[in-house]
Amino acid sequence: MKLLRPEKPVGIIGYGAYIPRYRIKASEIARVWHGSAEATPIKEKSVPGPDEDTITMSIEAARNALARAGIPANQLRAVWIGSESHPYAVKPSGTIVAEAIGADVSISAADFEFACKAGTEAIVAGIGFVGSGMAPYVLAIGMDTAQGKPGDVLEYTASAGGAAFVLGATDEALATIDSVYSYVTDTPDFWRRQTERYPEHSQRFTGEPAYFKHIGNSLQTYLDETGTKASDYNYVVFHQPNAKFPQKIAKEFGFTKEQYAAGLLSPQIGNTYSGAVMLGLSAIFDIAKPGDRILAASFGSGAGSDTFSMTITDKILSRREKAPLTQTYIDRKTEIDYAMYARFLNEIALR
Amino acid sequence: METPRHWRLKKQRYALIGEECPHCSAKIFPPRDVCPECGLEAKTAYQFSGKGEVFSYTTMNDAPAGFQDHTPYSIALVKLEEGPIVTAQLTDLGDEKIRIGMPVEMVTRKLRNDGDERGAILYGYKFRPVL
Repeated sequence: MKLLRPEKPVGIIGYGAYIPRYRIKASEIARVWHGSAEATPIKEKSVPGPDEDTITMSIEAARNALARAGIPANQLRAVWIGSESHPYAVKPSGTIVAEAIGADVSISAADFEFACKAGTEAIVAGIGFVGSGMAPYVLAIGMDTAQGKPGDVLEYTASAGGAAFVLGATDEALATIDSVYSYVTDTPDFWRRQTERYPEHSQRFTGEPAYFKHIGNSLQTYLDETGTKASDYNYVVFHQPNAKFPQKIAKEFGFTKEQYAAGLLSPQIGNTYSGAVMLGLSAIFDIAKPGDRILAASFGSGAGSDTFSMTITDKILSRREKAPLTQTYIDRKTEIDYAMYARFLNEIALR
Repeated sequence: METPRHWRLKKQRYALIGEECPHCSAKIFPPRDVCPECGLEAKTAYQFSGKGEVFSYTTMNDAPAGFQDHTPYSIALVKLEEGPIVTAQLTDLGDEKIRIGMPVEMVTRKLRNDGDERGAILYGYKFRPVL
């Protein structure tokens, strides 16, 4: 048995998105570094404001998730944040987020790191915490202000955003979690050394040996072990480093555009790294109907992939409107040029 | 660095937690343990909704130490739904023009570094146009 399945069934009782207001067009980045008319991997990406970071964005997503869950923050027993852009090298983001949302002191607070799948990693750990009976509620967040070296191909897509999920017992859930499968190998596709500001990537390793191999194996094993097939799911969401990769893997597995379109946000907001699958899920929850089945597969460089499926319950209907929809954050946008972008991201040395 | 002061103020700064007077029900911010309305002791914690409107505002072009990197930025007197008026930065304005009476909501943001970039990051309330 390769699936991870808790003793007690676990579900998602609240979810909340966050995307910063600012956007830069990929064509504007191309203009600065390559002249005009270069083909770009996405249309535009979200940019964090100068006073935003993974902690502030996590606080807003967590407040949204708690509003939908309808539980006071002091009932949480864990506050876990998955990110590759924790503001501190040493001092857990979870401590500040927990304090800001009003969590109790009797909690576990930890920061997860697994490149772009740190958010689903926190969900998987949370399923264990709740499913073992150790905790009634866990807050799992995937959030990033992704870094891309100026002029590097990653700069087109590295963006900011994410979502928070409150896990709890299935009788309160707006979506029940069926099971999880996690697939991990040692793959040198992308990394950032401790004191480096920007990540490195080994070019062609990003595609076949990393993204496609890991999501492919994780997804195939999950489908085999659960005896399900692509057409059993109403929606599917994949990690989305650009617009092309998730659509390619979807087609390889026989998923249709109707299944993946709702969760594919990268063309409009870029690659939110640890936030990507989480935000895609949040966008799906915003429109799904009771009984719908959802399949999610994350990918984190290094590398690994978590696949899990969920079934929507009728509780979604009364909770959806209790916090801003994902689309509200996507629609709230102000476009900035490269100069303002460089200022926001602290690329201009003033002293 | 002023670690003790910032540590002491974190609850009110992160989440707009003030006090409610048990005698006259006035809502108090910042918390001061004595009710400014009736003068009696008031120590009951109260979570403000974070909703309010711009009472007045100004734009900072010449900022105090720690805030220079963000000029120009706007500071407002925000009248909270529950009554008190707080001074705070406005954020996420985008292209929106500020006006007196503009509905705003509280968000928790980075205020500044404690000292330079080696110091702790100080977080606290700001207000933005209602989403």
